[in-house]
Amino acid sequence: MTQIAAAPGEVAIGHAIAGPTPPWRLLLRRPGFLIGTGVLAFWVICAIFGGLIAPYDPLAQHLLAKNAAPSSAHLFGTDPLGRDVLSRVIAGARDILLISPLATAIGTVLGTVLGLVMGYFGGLVDTMLGRIVEAVLALPVVIVAFLFIVAVGPSSITLIVVIGFVFTPLIARTVRTAVIVEGQQDYLASARLLGERPGYILFAEILPNVLPVVVVEFTVRLGYAIFAVATLSFLGFGVQQPTPDWGGDIAANYGLLGAGYWWETLFPALAIASLVMALNLVTDAIEQVISA
Amino acid sequence: MARYLLRRLGLAVITLWILSMIVFFAGQVLPGDPGRAVLGPFASASAVRAYDHQIGVDRPLVVQYLAWIGGMLHGSMGTSYAYRSPVGPFILAAIGNSAKLAILALVIIIPLGIAGGVLAALYYGRAADRSISLLGLAASTVPEFVSGIVVIILFGIALKVLPITAATPPGSSFLTQLDHLILPVIPLVLVLFGYIARMARAGTIEALDSDYARTATLKGLRKGVVIRRHVLRNALLPTITVIATQTGYLIGGLVVVETLFNYQGIGRLILTAANGKDFPMLEAGVLTIGVVYMVATLIADVLYTLLNPRLRSEAAG
Repeated sequence: MTQIAAAPGEVAIGHAIAGPTPPWRLLLRRPGFLIGTGVLAFWVICAIFGGLIAPYDPLAQHLLAKNAAPSSAHLFGTDPLGRDVLSRVIAGARDILLISPLATAIGTVLGTVLGLVMGYFGGLVDTMLGRIVEAVLALPVVIVAFLFIVAVGPSSITLIVVIGFVFTPLIARTVRTAVIVEGQQDYLASARLLGERPGYILFAEILPNVLPVVVVEFTVRLGYAIFAVATLSFLGFGVQQPTPDWGGDIAANYGLLGAGYWWETLFPALAIASLVMALNLVTDAIEQVISA
Repeated sequence: MARYLLRRLGLAVITLWILSMIVFFAGQVLPGDPGRAVLGPFASASAVRAYDHQIGVDRPLVVQYLAWIGGMLHGSMGTSYAYRSPVGPFILAAIGNSAKLAILALVIIIPLGIAGGVLAALYYGRAADRSISLLGLAASTVPEFVSGIVVIILFGIALKVLPITAATPPGSSFLTQLDHLILPVIPLVLVLFGYIARMARAGTIEALDSDYARTATLKGLRKGVVIRRHVLRNALLPTITVIATQTGYLIGGLVVVETLFNYQGIGRLILTAANGKDFPMLEAGVLTIGVVYMVATLIADVLYTLLNPRLRSEAAG
């Protein structure tokens, strides 16, 4: 209050320069964004400092305390090898949070290049690549992924490369559309008249203009990447046991649900659910702010 | 119209052909050979070579591809490495089981998704709209096996009201089978609800905003009649297309749900084949899924054109 009274001129100037409220301020006003970021931050901390936070060694087996129900000693209980479920959930954040962003980054870079080329050159190149893209898209992502993983063998690197590859055509399709819209602008016609090389036009002139599309595509795909990584781990194509991993741990223990050992699968499942929902709250808030 | 259909069909065939090559050559990059995979690590090198020769994997790739695709066209899908018998009957039985699950899922999702989307559109921008949209989005990003685990624990273990496996003894009655399929269907419904609701919502909002909806309101029709007769008819058109394209996601979901609930469908068949390096089974299964998806999109396109008078005349011209 006193600030405004003291310097009314300054406020007016400041407002003229700053223009409307900056987007990140609008984001901070959204409860969804704050909750989402909070949960994401929690999992990122677990991924980085998992070993320090976890109450037990996630790999340590206590065969005398196997399949123990949640108690004060083991808040989330223990698994069939007597390992602490809470510690495995905390440590399990690491691989999924490492693999998903890397895979998405590969897909975004390759997809953007492919989309630029298809959208800009059009014609035969576009038609041929378009057919291949559609053929890949004709299969569920998970099936394409495991076709490749079966061929090369499961590992974190395979998972990153395969998901990146599968995302490439999807991202290419979106970027291609944006490039075609952009292709009708005058600045491109003048660039061509000036005799600039296609490579320069593509990366120095068109790319900066389609960048917002690329950024949104990255955030949306990240959600799908987590979905895919978790699913492939569950199917046995991801991180291999005994490394703690949410999908892998569920796959290892869901057979024991019938025996009533629900804690061994419920807690990793809730971890995945909380991660994807948090990411969604954040993506949704960003999209709302951009479109507003 | 006939020309449009032919063109559409031609494109589908070309896509399918490219898909068949991708599927086939992806199966060929494998390290180690099928003979070794089938006969095990202790078989002699000559036995492995003989087996490889017998099933024909020692021929050049192009020859193998032509033989494979030729067989497919004649209705012979190859011989399983693991079962040493034709792949066809396994695929057929599995597709039948998966179809039961998929149809049950669609029967639930389509009305539910459309109702949710239309409701959200009618309350556009208000709390009901925001919560339906956000819940739909959240549900569609939670992997099927995660929601599957939650419903198993909730309904199968805590409340003990539903069986936790989908497999039923052979010859079970329709109702028993249905009872076993309720839990597996829930994760599929959750994942697809968001997509269909979103499309129905967008379509309804557009139709509500249109000139014809305004005219209908202005000529004094009651709101319910305007929505039923004018808005919904136009709004549901794009939704039909999206339902068909979601078949792909549905099949992806089947792999997971069938594994989690121990159900003998096409998804589980492919997964088992993948783990056992049973390539003929894997390739035939994946190609079958591609065909199912292609046919679904084709039907959707045709349906969309038939239902939309504007496109119909464009396609004819």
